[in-house]
Amino acid sequence: MPLKGNIRDFSATQLFNLVNLSRRTGTLTVFEGIPTGEKDAMGGEKMKAGKERARVVFKNGKLVHAALADQDNGLVAVLEKAGKLTAEQAKRIRERAKQTNDKALAMLLINANYATKEDIVASIRQHLLDVVYNVMAWTDGPFVFEDGTLPGNDHILVPIDLENVIIEGARRIREAEQLVEHIPNLDMALKFPDNPREKFKGVHLSVEEWRVVSFVNPKNTIRQIAKANNMSEMEIRRVVYGLEQAGLVEIVKPPGMENKAKTSARSRRAAAPPVQKKVVSKLIDKIKSL
Amino acid sequence: MQTVKMVITGPFSSGKTEFIRSISEIEVVSTERDISSAAEAEVKEATTVAMDFGRITVDDDLVLYLFGTPGQRRFDFMWEILAEGMLGFVVMVDSSKPETFREAKSILETFRAYAPTPYVVAANKQDHPDAWSPDDLRIALRIEEGVKLLPCVAKEKESVKNVLLELLYSILEEMEG
Ligand SMILES: Nc1nc2c(ncn2[C@@H]2O[C@H](COP(=O)(O)OP(=O)(O)OP(=O)(O)O)[C@@H](O)[C@H]2O)c(=O)[nH]1
Ligand SMILES: [Mg+2]
Repeated sequence: MPLKGNIRDFSATQLFNLVNLSRRTGTLTVFEGIPTGEKDAMGGEKMKAGKERARVVFKNGKLVHAALADQDNGLVAVLEKAGKLTAEQAKRIRERAKQTNDKALAMLLINANYATKEDIVASIRQHLLDVVYNVMAWTDGPFVFEDGTLPGNDHILVPIDLENVIIEGARRIREAEQLVEHIPNLDMALKFPDNPREKFKGVHLSVEEWRVVSFVNPKNTIRQIAKANNMSEMEIRRVVYGLEQAGLVEIVKPPGMENKAKTSARSRRAAAPPVQKKVVSKLIDKIKSL
Repeated sequence: MQTVKMVITGPFSSGKTEFIRSISEIEVVSTERDISSAAEAEVKEATTVAMDFGRITVDDDLVLYLFGTPGQRRFDFMWEILAEGMLGFVVMVDSSKPETFREAKSILETFRAYAPTPYVVAANKQDHPDAWSPDDLRIALRIEEGVKLLPCVAKEKESVKNVLLELLYSILEEMEG
């Protein structure tokens, strides 16, 4: 079943996180939103899918292909944009190789010494990143994620780990509102996931991010970490959001906060009649018999 | 006679009334009202205003009450009262409506703060063509691994039974551990 929604409710960053964690293969398509005049279940404007805006393809949890609908995503355009082909060269190749697919074209260009394999891979990589950072900045638009669909064999797929993409995407968030929504409570603490070594492998963190990481401990609240590093609320939210979405840290309640909930609950519990195991077993038998 | 209660919570229109109706031995005493706001009326016709109330009689000495919370936030002053003394709770999520996921998570956290009782998350409306799978919901809602996230179709009694049983097993486990 395809995943449907609107990036207003479930952001591209969250989708990338989901794809990364579930090691998905499939295609995410984001559309222009056309207001339907109806309301959704939360009272927001219900949108239906209009023209396609972007398409992002994943293989086993890695980004492999991305294209914006209103842009030439072909290899020649990508190489031209990266400065590997001059406008003149690009024009000539386009005229001569109209019917040639990207894979075949890449072979021709390498053989004719127009570009190296490394140039081509690096240019496509940069193009993919440009596209997804664009998509990650969008705050609205219906999306569909369809499992299993990959682009045809003639496309060049360049696999990119999503952790770095997610962190970089978070670095680029400019809207404070978006960050407050994701990290509403600065009195929460941070902890590492169960397999931090594996998660941090190959991730490129900025100095700022490393400084936050070095304070990760369930005892330190996000607010304290910000203070220790002299970071603003906006800055700390951005860093924490990126680290969290990339699965490098988890947000947890600091010990003090947990206690508070427990004590009040305990006093409440004392007022409630004690329930015995026997009672629960009886309930289980009854419900089974229904 | 001893009475015990469990709370069925979740966002507006997630299927709480349907869930209780599928298993309660009495006609659900539901304080449903026609929806006043136009936005909500487009989603459904009736909403639960105060709460739903279902009953399962075990024997002469034991009765289980199921309380459904009103889904609209403007009635959330009722929540804490409902949570008092509960054995556990179920968070219903409409798996086909991602716009409600954030709200579902926030309700879950609110109830968790009321009492450290066991709870399960029901990925409801799994029969809906747009339903997100339980695995995807776990990631989307960031549900910890130790918490049960169960597929559910609230209209089907067997499915509701399964959710309640899993919650009861968790309650039993906690008593033993
Ligand atoms: N397809 C499908 N529809 C369901 C399911 N459960 C509930 N519904 C429908 O979803 C709508 C909302 O269900 P309710 O049980 O009224 O939801 P609620 O959570 O009590 O709603 P409020 O009291 O307004 O918060 C109704 O039209 C139900 O028939 C399900 O498992 N599958
Ligand atoms: Mg209801």
